[in-house]
Amino acid sequence: MSDATYANQTAYLRTTPAPAEPPPALAQGPVAWARQNLFSGPVSALLTLASIAFLVWVIPGLVRFLITDAVWHADSGEVCRANQGGACWPFIWAKASFFWYGPYPESQHWRVDLVEVVGAALIVWLLWQGAPKRNVAALLFFVAFPILSFVLLRGSDWLGLPVVTTDLWGGVLVTLLVSLVGIVFSLPLGVLLALGRRSKLPIVNAICTGFIEIVRGVPFIIVLFMANFMLPLFLPEGWTPDRLLRPLVGTALFAAAYMAEVVRGGMQAMPKGQYEGAASVGLGYWQTMRLIILPQALALVIPGIVSNFISLFKDTTLVAIVGIFDFLRTIETAYNDPNWTSPTTSATGLITAAAFYWVFCFGMSRYSQGVERRLRAGRRH
Amino acid sequence: MKPDGTLTMSAVAASPAARTGSDYAVELAGVHKWYGAFHVLRDVNLRVRKGEKIVICGPSGSGKSTMIRCINRLEEHQKGNIVVNGTELTNDLRRIDEVRREVGMCFQHFNLFPHLTILENCTLAPIWVRKMPKKDAEEIAMKYLTRVRIPEQANKYPGQLSGGQQQRVAIARSLCMNPKIMLFDEPTSALDPEMVKEVLDTMVSLANEGMTMLCVTHEMGFARQVADRVVFMDAGEIVEMNTPDQFFSNPRHERTRLFLGQILH
Ligand SMILES: Nc1ncnc2c1ncn2[C@@H]1O[C@H](COP(=O)(O)OP(=O)(O)O)[C@@H](O)[C@H]1O
Ligand SMILES: [Mg+2]
Repeated sequence: MSDATYANQTAYLRTTPAPAEPPPALAQGPVAWARQNLFSGPVSALLTLASIAFLVWVIPGLVRFLITDAVWHADSGEVCRANQGGACWPFIWAKASFFWYGPYPESQHWRVDLVEVVGAALIVWLLWQGAPKRNVAALLFFVAFPILSFVLLRGSDWLGLPVVTTDLWGGVLVTLLVSLVGIVFSLPLGVLLALGRRSKLPIVNAICTGFIEIVRGVPFIIVLFMANFMLPLFLPEGWTPDRLLRPLVGTALFAAAYMAEVVRGGMQAMPKGQYEGAASVGLGYWQTMRLIILPQALALVIPGIVSNFISLFKDTTLVAIVGIFDFLRTIETAYNDPNWTSPTTSATGLITAAAFYWVFCFGMSRYSQGVERRLRAGRRH
Repeated sequence: MKPDGTLTMSAVAASPAARTGSDYAVELAGVHKWYGAFHVLRDVNLRVRKGEKIVICGPSGSGKSTMIRCINRLEEHQKGNIVVNGTELTNDLRRIDEVRREVGMCFQHFNLFPHLTILENCTLAPIWVRKMPKKDAEEIAMKYLTRVRIPEQANKYPGQLSGGQQQRVAIARSLCMNPKIMLFDEPTSALDPEMVKEVLDTMVSLANEGMTMLCVTHEMGFARQVADRVVFMDAGEIVEMNTPDQFFSNPRHERTRLFLGQILH
């Protein structure tokens, strides 16, 4: 209806139906895409050009260092010493087993392999959203797997497996172990601390708040030192906790304090109506938390939780400070080997370490995005 | 003025057993409540017989929600006695659980659990509170979902339903616990106009089946149709109480007349 017709009509009745029309022609194709996304205005065009220039400047250097100018095959550091401009990959091949197992006795490496394969399989089963019987996977992973791992890795004369004490554990094995224990314990501990901090019972509240604030207010290194030196003091006379166990406890407690605050944030966001809906059908406190509040609150803060996991994974490099031989420490030890000294050995080692940490962290990040997408799709509100 | 006066008694005279205590589903006697220094409920006295339907109205902020929420202990009263189905509400957690199992409640904003399907919303409490096997719980849930006429939505999530459908799910969820008493706190005021009727129809059919109901609402047509008594609250007090006929045609208190004048036109 045009303005003219509108102006002299006070009553109107539609006599013919308005037909559905297709939307105005959409711009399509690569040129249209580029115009819309890369050159939509002078600022965006300038940014696009600057980014291209930056990539042109950086990428060739990286390609040269990592690939074209790198040494790929050599039996010792000689070739690398002669080659100043590229990575020294033979160093990585030669030390790969040391990176993976640390000083774990070579004849017993199969025990580590077995634990890692079983662990990886269980994790895939557990995290794969469409997998059947994931509760069985959970049971195996959280109960059977830790026992199996401990028995296999440490060994026992009674089973005919030579004992390998924890000071011989190292490399990727230890990094994964510390991270996994940290991740597995920090979430439930964090949830309990968050519940405690929101509790109306004054003593529970004070203990949880105090714990969270103290741990969060202290550098991780100090927590590790305290776990190392103070844990034995809390245990009965004659009990010395294993030297690997101490930083494990420290890591889990440290991560739990951060986790608690993330979880509490999610619980804070739950509307009061959810508690009231639960109460009105007769659910008790623990049932309300477990069935109503936590599933929603945790889903809401998945990005924060995974952020914490990622930080935790990288922070495990700090356990080296209390004498634990983690992956980064094996890299450091290896590039100080005089056989392999060359101008680029340490850089090669550190790039390898960076790639290792990145792959795991990126994997966690992507997985969490997938979970979020699934949750959003399922609920649609 | 004692609200639970002779008038009420004459209104219930048809029932011979009205005077024995066990006949009351809900009894509030001299109930007071404060929020900090704010006196929100002042000497509230109300007795609701089994099977009786009470409609509660009054201006916003007069304490209607607070009163009805005291009955299932979502709010705690500080003075007086509340006896629900023969159980006196005290700080004893077991008694609170006992009362909540017998009392269903529907809220203005439904308060469904958005992470669970409609069916799971309905079976959750029977399974975890009544310890019912999942199969039986689902059977009962489907029965009530059919009664509120949305069995086909059972596997959707609350966010995918309209407001009217969500409120009907909320009613079904309460019914699955087989409550003796149902509380409604403005169940239709958050709904679009065209959905009010479907919810009211559900409530009417519930009333016709003999459920004891306390219902905060300003749907006066509903009050006329099903209420045994209409309670008018203002400033934390019960100001007037009467049969719907008398209440609407012959309001006796000045404040009631003022209120009815505001909402009936
Ligand atoms: N949790 C609370 N804390 C403090 N004041 C409250 C709280 N809940 C309600 N009130 C106050 O109590 C009065 C009665 O509230 P309410 O029972 O919700 O009234 P109604 O349902 O009749 O509108 C209002 O003035 C409200 O502001
Ligand atoms: Mg209200």
